[in-house]
Amino acid sequence: MTSKNKWLSTPYVLWSVMFIIIPLGMIFYYGLTDKTGAFTLDNITAIATAEHAKALWLSLLLSLISTLICFLLAYPLAMILSNMKVNQHSFIILIFILPMWMNFLLRTLAWQTLLEKSGVINSVLNLLHLPNINIINTPYAIILGMVYNFLPFMVLPLYNVLSKIDENVLDASKDLGAGNVYTFVRIILPLSIPGIISGITMVFVPALTTFVISTLLGGSKILLIGNVIEQEFTQASNWHLGSGLSIVLMIFIILNMIASAVFDKDGEGATL
Amino acid sequence: MKSTAKNIYTALIFLFLYAPIATLMVLSFNASKTRSKWGGFTFKWYSSLFRNDEILEALGNTLLIAFVSALVATVIGTIACVAMNSMKRRSRTVLMGITNIPMLNAEIVTGISLMLLFISMGLRFGLGTILLSHITFNIPYVILSIMPRMKQLNPSTYEAALDLGASHTTAFFKVVFPDLLPGILSGFLMAFTMSLDDFIITHFTKGAGIDTLSTKIYTEVKKGIKPEMYALSTLIFVTVLILLLLVNMAPAKKFRDVSERRKS
Amino acid sequence: MINKRNLLFAVFGLSIPMLLSGCGSSKGGVNGEVIVYNWGEYLDPETIEIFEEETGIKVIYDEFETNEVMYPKVESGAASYDVVCPSDYMISKMIANDMLAPLNFDNIPNAKKNIGAQYFEQSRSFDPDNQYSVPYCWGTVGILYNKTMVEEPITSWAQLWDEKYADNILMQDSVRDAFMVAEKLNGFSMNTIDAAELETAKNALIEQKPLVQAYVIDQVRDKMIGNEAAIGVIYSGEAIYTQRENPDLVYVIPEEGTNVWIDSWVILKDAPNKENAEKFIDFMCRDDIALKNFEYITYSTPNDAARELIEDEDIKNSDIAFPDLSLYNNLETYVYLGEEGDALYNTLWKEVKSN
Repeated sequence: MTSKNKWLSTPYVLWSVMFIIIPLGMIFYYGLTDKTGAFTLDNITAIATAEHAKALWLSLLLSLISTLICFLLAYPLAMILSNMKVNQHSFIILIFILPMWMNFLLRTLAWQTLLEKSGVINSVLNLLHLPNINIINTPYAIILGMVYNFLPFMVLPLYNVLSKIDENVLDASKDLGAGNVYTFVRIILPLSIPGIISGITMVFVPALTTFVISTLLGGSKILLIGNVIEQEFTQASNWHLGSGLSIVLMIFIILNMIASAVFDKDGEGATL
Repeated sequence: MKSTAKNIYTALIFLFLYAPIATLMVLSFNASKTRSKWGGFTFKWYSSLFRNDEILEALGNTLLIAFVSALVATVIGTIACVAMNSMKRRSRTVLMGITNIPMLNAEIVTGISLMLLFISMGLRFGLGTILLSHITFNIPYVILSIMPRMKQLNPSTYEAALDLGASHTTAFFKVVFPDLLPGILSGFLMAFTMSLDDFIITHFTKGAGIDTLSTKIYTEVKKGIKPEMYALSTLIFVTVLILLLLVNMAPAKKFRDVSERRKS
Repeated sequence: MINKRNLLFAVFGLSIPMLLSGCGSSKGGVNGEVIVYNWGEYLDPETIEIFEEETGIKVIYDEFETNEVMYPKVESGAASYDVVCPSDYMISKMIANDMLAPLNFDNIPNAKKNIGAQYFEQSRSFDPDNQYSVPYCWGTVGILYNKTMVEEPITSWAQLWDEKYADNILMQDSVRDAFMVAEKLNGFSMNTIDAAELETAKNALIEQKPLVQAYVIDQVRDKMIGNEAAIGVIYSGEAIYTQRENPDLVYVIPEEGTNVWIDSWVILKDAPNKENAEKFIDFMCRDDIALKNFEYITYSTPNDAARELIEDEDIKNSDIAFPDLSLYNNLETYVYLGEEGDALYNTLWKEVKSN
């Protein structure tokens, strides 16, 4: 596939410039100016104030934990699913997308109904004379909400690459005397790295920037960086500060991107 | 025994994914208007749903936006993937980086930045602005679904097709496209669902008098969700589920029919 | 492969008929349109249908969550609204920033005829010459409590700091309302911008935070009905509905005083359809229409003529829906604090939330 294909990227490049780059430029403009339009770094350095730093730290912590849990849950599942019959591919994909046909806000609200003090889960536990769980309005509920909402984004890319691994490669590995563990570590895992990267990206970032989950399941008692930015835009209507903090948030996102790029190179090497 | 453990594990994950959905379904039959109180079994929300023009219009908007934006995003995204695969490493990395932006950025920032753009362009907020925004955030999902497959492609099959006299287009559609199809399909479905599910970006780029289900629900969260909304979600969900089962059963059955006929 | 193609068609097949049905929405009435921006669920949708039928004016209706969400949208001109329904302090902010058009009350005869004079008088705190706004709803902020879950009647904001009720308290998740509670508790004005007073209020809120189950806005209603919490801060307009659903709930105006708020119709300076906007406001002030809206949303109406039409004597004379404000002390209405004041409150509120 040579130079002939290059012009094919034109529509997408134009689109990206118009609807990604220019709007982003506007955020930078707002983030680096004050209300009078003069240049300032105040909106960026505002991240160092106690309340913003705390919110950012908590967001990073919760989103990392959620991403890890998602990965640990999704990988075995994706392996199980990828070993199923081939003609069920689309079915499996849809099973994971299906919950999203119920609106995101409604699904998250449903967790409230499940987790509340006198909610469904506690009613069942009471019936069985088991101790109640009380995690609603705590960081645990937020982690649960994140894992719940973003798990499919981890499963699907993993499933996508795992189901693509050639059975013969695995058989060859076994024939050559490799054990299951060895085959997994040396063959399956490296081959699935592109999927892992996609999965981590698709879970970590929305988890890091969410404000809806923390509002609905954290009782608004827990302030994440997403909440701060949201409030600057919608409640305080200080778009300059909100933009400045968004720029800070983007730094972490860029770090994630660099990490992806580094690992991705290895991934390609393994595929060859 | 090992497969039992696998089945239990899979079942537990599905329980986790589907418990809230079951909850919403149960709520759609709750005679009490309040989420936290069970007032007996009723079908009344289902009948009042079809008399509720606002909800039906929001549903129409939601599906229209999801379908159009997913379709456009899939076309642009697939073409972009093919183009990117033949790019030099550096320009590909740059373009992939740009692709990641709407996905990686906080949705609210994407929403606000698009709102600022549309204001500066003097566009009237409405269906058009929502569509533009949805296409923008849908493309990365398409690209990210296709790219892993693209990377696993064996370039020599494509070259072999060319050597055997196929044109670029033919070679693409006969050799590359079938391999990409699962990625394209899952990309489309993902884009469709993401659009269906989006609230934040729509919220910032919608105009007066146009609502999607998400923005409608969000206004209702304030005042308590109308039970009709649970009923509608249940209907959508069950419809999709049934379609899914039918589509999946049909070929298997056909296959069985064929093999039975052969036997006789 | 056939499998997948079928699937694709199945998905499309489902959506196409549905989206076609969504395309049929009509454009503009015979007499033009009016674009209304109102609180969520803040009028009876039937009244809009009646308005459209009677006047031939098409209503484009949009809803907002909070004053703070509404303001930037209107200010940016993202959507060209005609009529908006902000609260008191936001109206003064909009007046201060020259965003409102003076009303021609000759075109809104029902306003002066039906709306009680005292409400216009009260509006002077944010609209000094009664030039820009027509009151639509009003009410107080108070405490809703579940009498089976508390040990003694709740009468004071101070009881929201009582450790007995740890994890049983619901606070309002909006900066002005949350600070109002702490300010009234300490005997300050709820419009204070005095740094020391605000510091005290902030510390009170931080001290209270471990006892708070959640900061919510209108979910207070559902949670109180479902016995999720014992005490919640709530708008008086929600009280009637919640009591109907759960008779154990009681609404009180705390003895330290509270916020009396008014939401009023205003017309934007850049409104494209000013005449239709005036017709719309006039229509909303008609007694039968105001009554319909009152029955639908249960927020107190300043429309005296509509109140006369209420058939249920209990509601007509309810001191929740129509409290005699002269019986309470220290009632205030929010005023706009200026840009710096707003910023100060927001910073302090973030400190409370992140603590």
